[in-house]
Amino acid sequence: MFAAKPVNLRNQQVEGLFRLLFGIMMVVLIVPVLMIIVMLVYKGGPAFSWNFLFTFPTDGMTAGGVFPALLGTIWLVVVSLLASVPLGVAAAIYLSEYAQQEHWLTRVINLATINLAGVPSIVHALFGLGAFVLFLKFGTSILAASLTLAVMTLPVVIVASWESLQAVPRAFREACWNMGATRWQTIRQVVLPNALTGILTGIILQVSRAAGETAPIMFTGAVFFLPFLPAGVFDQTMALALHLYTISTQVPNVPESLPFGVALLLVGMVLIMNSTAIMFRMYLRGKKKW
Amino acid sequence: MDNSTATQKPLASTIAIRARNLNLWYGSFQALFDINLEIKQGMITSMIGPSGCGKSTILRSVDRINERLGYVRIEGAIEVLDQNIYAPEVELAQLRKQVGMVFQRPNPLPISLFDNIIFGHRIHRAPNEKYSKQDESDIVEAALRKVLLWDKVKDRLHSKATVGLSLEEQQKLCIARLLPVKPTVLLMDEPCSALDPKGTAAVEELIWELRGEYSILLVTHNMAQARRASEECIFLLMGRVVEHRETDQMFMSPSCQETANYIEGRYG
Repeated sequence: MFAAKPVNLRNQQVEGLFRLLFGIMMVVLIVPVLMIIVMLVYKGGPAFSWNFLFTFPTDGMTAGGVFPALLGTIWLVVVSLLASVPLGVAAAIYLSEYAQQEHWLTRVINLATINLAGVPSIVHALFGLGAFVLFLKFGTSILAASLTLAVMTLPVVIVASWESLQAVPRAFREACWNMGATRWQTIRQVVLPNALTGILTGIILQVSRAAGETAPIMFTGAVFFLPFLPAGVFDQTMALALHLYTISTQVPNVPESLPFGVALLLVGMVLIMNSTAIMFRMYLRGKKKW
Repeated sequence: MDNSTATQKPLASTIAIRARNLNLWYGSFQALFDINLEIKQGMITSMIGPSGCGKSTILRSVDRINERLGYVRIEGAIEVLDQNIYAPEVELAQLRKQVGMVFQRPNPLPISLFDNIIFGHRIHRAPNEKYSKQDESDIVEAALRKVLLWDKVKDRLHSKATVGLSLEEQQKLCIARLLPVKPTVLLMDEPCSALDPKGTAAVEELIWELRGEYSILLVTHNMAQARRASEECIFLLMGRVVEHRETDQMFMSPSCQETANYIEGRYG
């Protein structure tokens, strides 16, 4: 009575087939990532040393370290965050907490923000060149490059923040409003503290994106080589991503380990930041209960 | 808990909530028709009626939370303590200090128990008013004692509000949270519908304890609850008040056929 009928056997076959198919896809996806990391470590590992991290490039960039590029990347990321985080989070708070959700304008703005996140970075680069370098006369500088990166990362910061704000249950807001709390009191004391994890995750993921992009900083503030460190935001700077591009394509006779070392450093930074974000989120999630 | 004491006690003379020719539309749909009501101070008044009859709409009009939807239009007036709450000079924060709301599902805020109770108080006090830790502790203790929760939670006031509290206790917490700002009216939107029978009994008992001190307007789907836990009862149907009488009388000898049918469970 309970023995398998032909239809069950067929279902089991199909089940097995799809399981196999999805499994293979997963492997196809994972293998290249692992290969990249293994190759980077294998080929770039030997280049790693304190000297590599903390000295200037020498011999026409065919030897020495990457210190100015590393420092430049940190400059760019920090300044761009200073611009994009306050702006993006504030915009998200407005969209999520103050704007009328059903209003057509709110919907258009939400949609536009999401689409803006898909604009290619080279387009942001041209915008940055026109707006910050030329029109606002910042020249090619850390400031112009960072603002360009900020414009590029803003949509994602807004969307990520908006989504974490929306994830806070509406019942909390209603409870506050019904006690006479203003929107700001509600946001400040209940909504924002609970949305913070998601917002921070969104921001940290954007840090790694800003650190890795080459196009937006190429025309706006990053240069191939500087014999000195930038002293302020109006100086130009070197950056890891651009440095990697330069020594791989523009400079002859670079030992193979050098570009791989730079790539490893870049990927390492991104991985460390992303896993920090994930661990931080897990930590805060564990504390959050509703 | 029986209603015999209620009928013996002199009827409160003043009116807590008065609706005058209240009409309300959601967009083009009219939800309330010419509502005229006088809800007495210090009493528990329950509102019953089938889904969509306008009970919650009335409730949500009394603390003006309906307006948030944006497409709500109101004609007529609602007075709380003889003041029209739809007058232009009314400040919503002040209104909501007088009128507290308890929701269907307990919704303690994701902050500590202590902060939950003191939340409203902190919101409503002036920035230059100084309250010491001791003052705040006293306020919190008084509120928690009032809802019979103090002994249960006194040792973990600073842990997250929901940790280790049953739904019943969470709902009591949500009631306690309203008390520090000294409201006059408590609105309760099916406060027991998420609770088990034991929890329901406990919360009903608490509501009963609070009468006299607060005027309570209680929406319920549960006829037995209306009968047990209220002194006056309003029966609504399709956005109109059908009957408003003392609860005992309404359930013993309803004056309208619709009321009788509903009470006997012929529709709903």
